[in-house]
Formats: sequence, structure tokens, C-alpha cells
Amino acid sequence: MDLFNIALPAFVDGWQLIIQPLVIGYLILGVMLGLAIGIFPGLGGIAGLSLVLPFMFGLDPILGLALMVGMVAVVPTSDTFASVLMGIPGSSASQATVLDGFPMAKKGMAARALSAAFASSLFGGIVGASFLTFFILIARPVVLEFKSPELLMVSAFGLSMVGILAGRVALKGIMAASVGMLVASIGEGPFNGELRMSSYDVPYFTDGLKLVIVGLGIFAIPEIVALLRKDKAIAEQASLGAGWLDGVKDWWQHKWLSARCALIGVVVGVIPGLGGSVVDWIAYGHTVQTTKDKAGFGKGDVRGVIGPESSNNAKEGGGLVPTLLFGIPGSGSMAIFIGALALLGSGELEVGQVMLKDNLDYTYAIVWLLALANVFGTILCIALSGQIAKLTTIRFTLIAPFIFMIISFAAFQSGQDLMDLAVLFGIGFLGILMRRFDWSRPAFLIGFVLANPVENYANNANQIAGIRFRQGTEAGFDYIASPIVLTLIVITVISVIVGLRQARNIRAEGEVASGTKRAPLIFLLCIIGFVLFALFDAATIPSYALVDAVFPLFVAIVSLICGLVLLVQMRLKPETDPLFADREQHDSEGENKFGLWPTLAWFAGLLVLTSLMGFILALGIFLISFFAIRAGQSALRTLVLSAAGIGFMCFMAWLLNRDFPPGLLQSAYSLPWPLT
Amino acid sequence: MKTLTRIVAGAAVALSLTATAHADVDFSGKTIEWTIPFSETGGSAKWANFFAPLLSENLPGNPTVVVKFMPGAGSTKGANWFQEQQHTDGTVMFGSSGSTQFPYLLGDPRVRYEYSDWNPVMASGTGGVAYLNPEAAKKFNGTTNNMQGMTFIYGNQGATRLDLIPALAWKMLGLNVEHVMGIKGRGDGRKMFESGEATIDYQTSSSFLKGVQPLVDEGKAVPMMTWGALDVNGQIVRDPTFPDVPTFKEVCEATFSCSTTGPEFKAWKAFFIAGFPSQKISFLPAGTPQDVIDTYTKAFAAIRARSDFAEISAKHLGKYPMYVGDEAKSALNEAITVDASAKSFVTGWLQSEFGVSLN
Repeated sequence: MDLFNIALPAFVDGWQLIIQPLVIGYLILGVMLGLAIGIFPGLGGIAGLSLVLPFMFGLDPILGLALMVGMVAVVPTSDTFASVLMGIPGSSASQATVLDGFPMAKKGMAARALSAAFASSLFGGIVGASFLTFFILIARPVVLEFKSPELLMVSAFGLSMVGILAGRVALKGIMAASVGMLVASIGEGPFNGELRMSSYDVPYFTDGLKLVIVGLGIFAIPEIVALLRKDKAIAEQASLGAGWLDGVKDWWQHKWLSARCALIGVVVGVIPGLGGSVVDWIAYGHTVQTTKDKAGFGKGDVRGVIGPESSNNAKEGGGLVPTLLFGIPGSGSMAIFIGALALLGSGELEVGQVMLKDNLDYTYAIVWLLALANVFGTILCIALSGQIAKLTTIRFTLIAPFIFMIISFAAFQSGQDLMDLAVLFGIGFLGILMRRFDWSRPAFLIGFVLANPVENYANNANQIAGIRFRQGTEAGFDYIASPIVLTLIVITVISVIVGLRQARNIRAEGEVASGTKRAPLIFLLCIIGFVLFALFDAATIPSYALVDAVFPLFVAIVSLICGLVLLVQMRLKPETDPLFADREQHDSEGENKFGLWPTLAWFAGLLVLTSLMGFILALGIFLISFFAIRAGQSALRTLVLSAAGIGFMCFMAWLLNRDFPPGLLQSAYSLPWPLT
Repeated sequence: MKTLTRIVAGAAVALSLTATAHADVDFSGKTIEWTIPFSETGGSAKWANFFAPLLSENLPGNPTVVVKFMPGAGSTKGANWFQEQQHTDGTVMFGSSGSTQFPYLLGDPRVRYEYSDWNPVMASGTGGVAYLNPEAAKKFNGTTNNMQGMTFIYGNQGATRLDLIPALAWKMLGLNVEHVMGIKGRGDGRKMFESGEATIDYQTSSSFLKGVQPLVDEGKAVPMMTWGALDVNGQIVRDPTFPDVPTFKEVCEATFSCSTTGPEFKAWKAFFIAGFPSQKISFLPAGTPQDVIDTYTKAFAAIRARSDFAEISAKHLGKYPMYVGDEAKSALNEAITVDASAKSFVTGWLQSEFGVSLN
């Protein structure tokens, strides 16, 4: 029996791997980082992992795993603070928590909401870890049989989830995903090295865009900009009220709801690419549907907190399933996790079938770490909740420049090139517009993350199938139509149908009002313009390298058809249609203190200054002027805050032995570090 | 851990700053940046990370040696960058690999670097092993005479990559190999072999030891041949890391349809030399004065002279010679000189077999 001979000893070995003081220390460090990242709106697992990525190189694998798993596991625990206290989701996985958590806080029951949320998070996290254990046990023999067609179908299954993410207008979701895929196809073609949408005159693009930059740009920057424009603290008051025990009791009373939602979280997590952005909404929908007395929802019903919070921690366990088993990322942060794993030690860990075969002990160590991190995270959240609540009363304008500074530094680590910052800004701008016009950003990121697996496995499967069919029809069908492939096809078709039906109940990014036709139309035309560019570019790839052109051609054509249909619909439908969703429309209530363009100009200014005089000098000017002018701080505080920021950057860079982006000034004069 | 060491090292450097003596070449308090044109995960990263601390110990003034990564365009980006570097104070070093050498040899239009401008200070090599599944291995008897009717599937990274060595070898042995083009890295090739999608594969020595040897022990893979190693006379001999496995040259000699005297073998050998025995070379930029070159040469020679060097390098890099100074120079010459006939043979073959046009 495999179970007793291999799995059980590995399960024990995994425990022995982590039960060392140093490992636990790294785990706690990761948990604390994750808690901090989760508290800040806009920063989630992608931002957290990309920040620690440079530290991973050569680190003992188990220590690195402890740090990363610790961080990823608890982001959905601490993001509750922002959701409950201020009504702003701390990360994309806590959006539904806002609906009932925030009203509870307004009624003075913040502590009760938080403790119910933490209890649910802990429970969900443990369910996720147990599921992962169980799934690895039963799936291991099957997974080792997976070949290219099976892996292709797993990736395609992930892509099919775009249906559920698309929200009110399915075509917009499909188009967002295909634009994500086209953006991922920029650079040297994977097979013949033909350039796609790039040229050797700008060598930066020949390597394609990095996930770190795209993830930070598409999610973090729009959130930061949106919050900056409101110019408020994350939370208004720091008092949490009483009711810590009540919250736990609430959870216990609804333990079955919590269990069902945790299972939903696991299942959604397992689906490649889907990640956190929808799991809370599905759980919330389920909670409302299965409750008889629906009147209290949206006004502070504790069940509306328990449901989403049980699911969003459970999804991390589920998300590790495709990641560890197939090497296909379960979400954007898992994609970075895969990259980081390769940096650990001398690169002995490699996700996918190999890991299940050769490193089963490490696989189980991850499960143990996941469970422990949830426990530590919950304890820390409860113990520190008073302090954390105080933290959330700081004006966001004072935090934002630091968050932006850290994101810029993280982005720059991926390519050590000024273009990293320019692309971060560009993708951030795209993210802002997608958010404004209610185009699904998660769908875009799924497209981006899954484009490479889909293209590679499709290519491999196609070539090998061709060879097999030449050997004989039976050999060919054996290869492409295995029982696993057929099962996956059935599951995919079902998920598309169910997904499209469910999509109407899911507002992945909240309600967005519709308004005039002009702005949404211009945005659609720009997107179509990009698609046309991609199409013509792919068409110019010479015929001998056709294999590099097939994927972008196909995606661009699908995307173009969606775009044209959307254009026709826009012509026919009235302005109130969801098609014309535009966030700037319901802004008349004066929610935003500042306009979009002045806010963006600050960041554009940092970029331009960096290209002129290098990052550190530019950052100095940016911080000083931002704190003095935009935030209206006194000269002393401006100087202290700016010095703290610069000092932190220099410390990080020195620790990692990295340089900062140089500008024109640096090309003319050689300056001492850190000004280089 | 690494960060911690760096902090300690940083503090040590700061202390030693006070003791700077003005010797001829002294790197006290300096940081030497060794740029590798690949990502942190590849074999070149392992190679540079192995040597970096040793180099720091053996250079005068014990500078901090950091390895920097500049991946892109299959190492062309980093090499083009290095071409523009000028000598300042001897703190810039570059490490190239077979993947940098091949595009240069084949006249890739992206190549804007010129090896002869650079100053090689150290070179080291590796080997490669081809292997089969047990079923096919039954037909393999040191020759491929019994394998002519069989069809093999091989995951190929790209026609102009290092994979042209195995592809040409199999072609010469008369094996009918179907190439699945465009896989990502040799690790994926091994995965395809393990899942049964590919039926023939090759790995460089260190990857073979790590990833394939367990399969061999389980009876799921059988080593077929190595590419061999070069002796002092430039002859191909058995790979010291795999002394029991025949070389391609031996297999070719024993196989009826294969010849080691024709232009094909000459071309194969030329590219093999460029790709394997002097695969990784460390350079100082153009215009580096002789005393700096000598300092580095001395440091690398001191590393090689360590009593435990054979042992620790075998563990990390395999049992391959390390060339220093003038030897490195001749290793470079071997690596970048491919005579015109070999080159035109290979470009013609790439065109006819893979449809790759290099003109």
C-alpha cells in the first residue's frame, strides 16, 4: 500500500522538517509580514511574495517555504481589519466581508465581527490544509500519469472560469482574459524565438512582461490611487467595542455554514487561476441562499461575515493543489510562489509531478506550515487587534507613498531596469481604467498567468499527437483522448455553463453605476486597437515560424470578435445598460477629494524624475513634495517621514545588494551608492 | 541565512576599509560584481555561486564577490551589455556559457558582442549524457545497428540551442527522432521522458546525476552514451564522471551507418567543443590591464590548488577540469573557433532538418 509505505512516513517527515526553532521563527516572521500586507488595502499575496522574492535565493528550502507559506496563509485573515473597520477590502479575498462586517462595525460591534471572522478564518485554514493532505494522498497516483494533453486541459479548465468572473457582461470578461493572454505573449516566441509585439531596439520587451509587475500594476496601483483620491484614514475610529466572545459563539452557532463555505473555498481554490477574487462572493451567495431569514443581510448579519471568511482562508489550501501537483499556478500569487520555489537552496525543489515523487516530505511540510500559519495568524490577530486597529486610523495619504515606494522597488527587482517602473506605471494605468469601466481584472490576470501553460502544453500535445497519429490512429487517440482528458473536458463544459449562470450574482468588484456612452466607448476602442495591433503583429511572423504566431493569432481573433460584438451592442443599448459601467459616474457625491489625473501625475512625476536623476534622488524629491504639498505636513514631519522612507529603501537594497534604477544624471556622472 | 552572512561580510568589509594598503592591485573594501546572463535557477548560477566565495578568499584585499543576474534573450542581452563595459577598477566580471557561444558561432543577428575583445580568466566544462527507456535500450548494444526502424520522440529546446549536439548525434547514428520543439529547459525534457511522452533524452552531467540517476536505479532509464571529454591532445575520451558509459564517438565508430571521419563528425565535434568542455568561461572586460588579469588568474589558480578542490568541485560541478589564465585563453579559442566548413554544414543541416534560416 502506497498509503502506509510512502505517504505516512512522508507525512511524519514533513512534520519533523518544520518542527525546529529556526523554521518556526521564519514561519512567524512570514505570518507577521502577511498580516501587515493584508491590513493595507491593495496589497495582497502577489505584493507580499514579490517583496520577499529577492531574499529567497539560496535560502534553505524549508526556511523559505516557512516564510512564504506563512505569509500567503494569513493575508486573508488580516485583510478583515480593513473590510470590517472601514468598508474597504483589505485584499481581493475579503470584498464580500464588507457587506455585513462594515455595518456591524458601525453599530459598535467591530470586535464581534472580527472575532467571528478570525474564528472562521482559522477553521477555514485548517479545513484547507486537511483537504490538501487528503487530496495529495488520493491524487498522487493519478497525477503522475499526467501528460501534455491532461495538463493542457487543466489549464483550459482554469481559463473557463473567466465565465464566472466576467460579471454582468460576459463578453467583457472574455475580452479582458484574452487581452491578458496577448499581453503575456509579448516578447520572444517560445518556440522559434520570433518577436511578438516587440523589437530588438527596445530589448526590454523581448523578454516579455513579468508577473510581479503585471500583478502589482493591475491590482495594487488602482487600489492605492482610488484610496488616495478619497484621502481618508483606512478606518475612522479605533475602538473595537466589546464582544470578542460573542463572535466566537456566533461562529460556533453557525459551524455548519462555516464548514460548507470552507469546502466552497477549497473547491474554488483548486481551480487553476481562479484565486481569491471570487471565492468570497460565491460563499456569500451561498450563505444568503441557504438562510431562511434574509432580512438582516447587508445590515450587519454576522453570517455574512462567517461565510466569506471561512472560504477565503480555505482557498489557499485548495490553491496549492494545482500548484504543487501540476506546477500550474492556482492564482497569481501561486505563480510567484512557483518562481520563488526554484530559487530556494540549489533549486532542488520543483513543483509538479516531480515534487510529489521526490519531495513528498516537503509537500507535506507545506501542508503543516499552512495549518500552523493559520493558527499563529489568528492568535496574533486577536492579540494585536488593538494596535492594528490604531494603525488603520492613520491617514492613507501618509501611507500611500511608502506603499508605492515598496511596490516600485519590488517591481524593479524583477528586471533591474528603469523600464520595469515604466511598465508598472503603464499596467497600473490599464488597471485603473479596467476598474473604472468594470472590466474584470481577475480575468485579465488569469489570462496572463495561464497563457504560457496553455500555449506550451497545446504545442507539445499537438506535436506529439501528430507523431502518434502517424504511428497509428489508435496510438493517437490513446494519447489525446485518455479518460482523464475526457473527464476534464466534461468538468470544463459544466463549469462554463454553471459559471455563466452564477455570474449574475457575483460582483467581483462591487456595484458600478452606468453613465454616459462616451468614455466606455473610447476605452473599448483602445482595447480593440491593441488587439488589432497584436493581430497584425502576429500576422507578420514569417511562415516558417508559424508555431510562434498560432497562439496570438487565435486569441486576437477571438478577442476581436468579442470587441466587435460589444461595439454593436453599445450602439444599440441605452446608456443605463451595465455595458456602460463607469465608476466616475457616481462620483458626484464628492466621495473623491482629488481627481484621477492629479493623483496619477504624482506617480508619473516620480517615474520621470527617476529617468532623469535615478531612483533615490527622485524618491527624495517625490516624498518631500508629496508630504509637504499633497498631505500638507509640517516641514519637520515631512523631513522625518521622507528620511524614513529613503532609509528603509537603502537598507533593503543594501541587504539584497541591489542597485537602484539609474537616470540620465547617472550616465553623465558617476555618483556614490545609493545614488548610482 | 545568506542575508545574515552578507551583513556579517558587510561589517567585515567596513572594518577592513581602515586597513587599505596601496598595493599594485588591491580590492580591499571593493565589491566585485560577477554578472551571469541567466536567471538565478540555471547551471551558470550554480557555477558562479560556487566560485564566488572562493574567489573572495583568494583575491588580494578579500573583496565581496556578488553574483548578479541579467537574464534575457537566451543570454544575448547580458553579453551585449558586457560588450559595452569598459575597464575601470577591475570589479566587473562576466560569465558566459554554451548558450552564449552558440548564437555567436551561428551568426545570430542579435549578437552584438565579440569574444575576442574580452579577457578570459577562467573556464570550466561539463559533459552530457543521452539516455533511453528500457524498451529501446534492449536494442542498443553499443551500436544503433538494431535501432534503425524505431521512432523516438525528443523534447527539443530549440534547433540552434545546445540541443543541436544531441540532434546531430542521433541523426548521424541513423535514429529516427521526432523533435517536439520549443520545450522550456531540459528539465521539461526529463519530465516528458518520465511521463512516457518522450522516449529519448539527454541531460548535462549535474542534471543527469540529480534527476536521471534515480530513474536509472529504478530501471526506468538506461544511459546510452556521453558526449565525452577532451584530453590534452584534443581527442575525445570517456567522460571522467561517467567512465562506464561509452562516448558518442565510440558508438559512432561501431555503427555501420555512422562515420567519425567525414565532415559531419568534424562539425559535430567543433560544436561539441564549443558547447561542453569549455562551456562556462569567466571574462574581464575589454581593455583590462595585464596586472589585473594576472591578479585574477592567480586567484583562480589558488582556488584550483586547494587540497579539497577536486572533492568540492566534483560535488557541485562534476569531475571536469578547470582552466586558468592561458589555458582559459586556449579553451576560449577552442570554444569560438569553428571552421567555416563545419559552420556551413551545420547551418545547412539546420535549414534542411528544422527549416531554420540563419541568413
